Amino acid sequence: MNEQRIPIVQNILSANDAIAESNRLLLKQAHLFSVNIMASPGAGKTTLIEQTVKNLSNDLRILVIDGDIATTLDADRASAAGATAIQINTGGDCHLDAVMLNKALVQTDLRQFDLLIVENVGNLICPASFELGTALNVLVASVPEGHDKPHKYPSMYRGVDYVILNKIDLLPYVDFDVEFFRKGLEALNPAVEFLLASCRTGEGLSNWYEWLRKQVDRFRSLSVV
Amino acid sequence: MHELAVTQSILDLVLDHAAKADATQITKIYLVVGELSSIVDESVQFYWEIIAKDTLAEKAELVFRRVAATFKCLECQTVYHLDGQVVFCPSCGSSRIEILSGEEFYIEAIDIET
Repeated sequence: MNEQRIPIVQNILSANDAIAESNRLLLKQAHLFSVNIMASPGAGKTTLIEQTVKNLSNDLRILVIDGDIATTLDADRASAAGATAIQINTGGDCHLDAVMLNKALVQTDLRQFDLLIVENVGNLICPASFELGTALNVLVASVPEGHDKPHKYPSMYRGVDYVILNKIDLLPYVDFDVEFFRKGLEALNPAVEFLLASCRTGEGLSNWYEWLRKQVDRFRSLSVV
Repeated sequence: MHELAVTQSILDLVLDHAAKADATQITKIYLVVGELSSIVDESVQFYWEIIAKDTLAEKAELVFRRVAATFKCLECQTVYHLDGQVVFCPSCGSSRIEILSGEEFYIEAIDIET
């Protein structure tokens, strides 16, 4: 019997990352700009997506891929708002992974769309580890969650490109220190875009729509090789 | 919470490497896990005992090397660890910081028998 040590030094989720890379390529070939929206349960992901679809579906053809543990409630809301919606039931899993997204992407004619919104499972821990291959990652935080969340969930706040602080209409009623939140966010993620908004009143959302439109245009011009 | 998926990835990776090396058994698996990577060792161990059964890795011991989250202040150069409260510099309170370690999440090596 022979014993030996084999050095490996390989990322544990490298299989997921490789599939995320092929998702990225599929989306690029279809010139389809994509965002992965993450948040804790109840932060307002679905309402944000609903509002976004209502406001942009005149100009953009929107595909929503919805990750949910068991129900189709979220996909139903996106589809009622005017998007084409695909439901992925994770069967209890606490996050979407690149394989689940890949299955949805390969059975869809991606060229029919200008914007793909992926709604991840509501969770502030697990989705951070599983890259999906979308162009950008968005985190929806909300005032009732408290201003300490960037400090408590650093991995999630580090890995995103855009943070929307939702439910700012509740600021007068809640002890939420926006500056403390902002500083925590900037410490972990200095390049992130940060927006104060309320999906209920619509405050701030025009900036988000404008940003999405710009990203869709930018992505189109980048993708044409 | 996502340790099952993680444990499955570990198993797939080590079985792949063991097969390439014509191993008859995997005896140890060295994992490097940063404090910021939200993985609970006990959960991985729990799933491991279920899913590694009847494979070359069934008897393998999982060896976790934990890496502390280390930050550096870009204003006053203080190097510090996460104290479980806030990520700001404990000396000057700055939020201009750099993360030096804590995000590791990889398999370093395996011991095999051939």
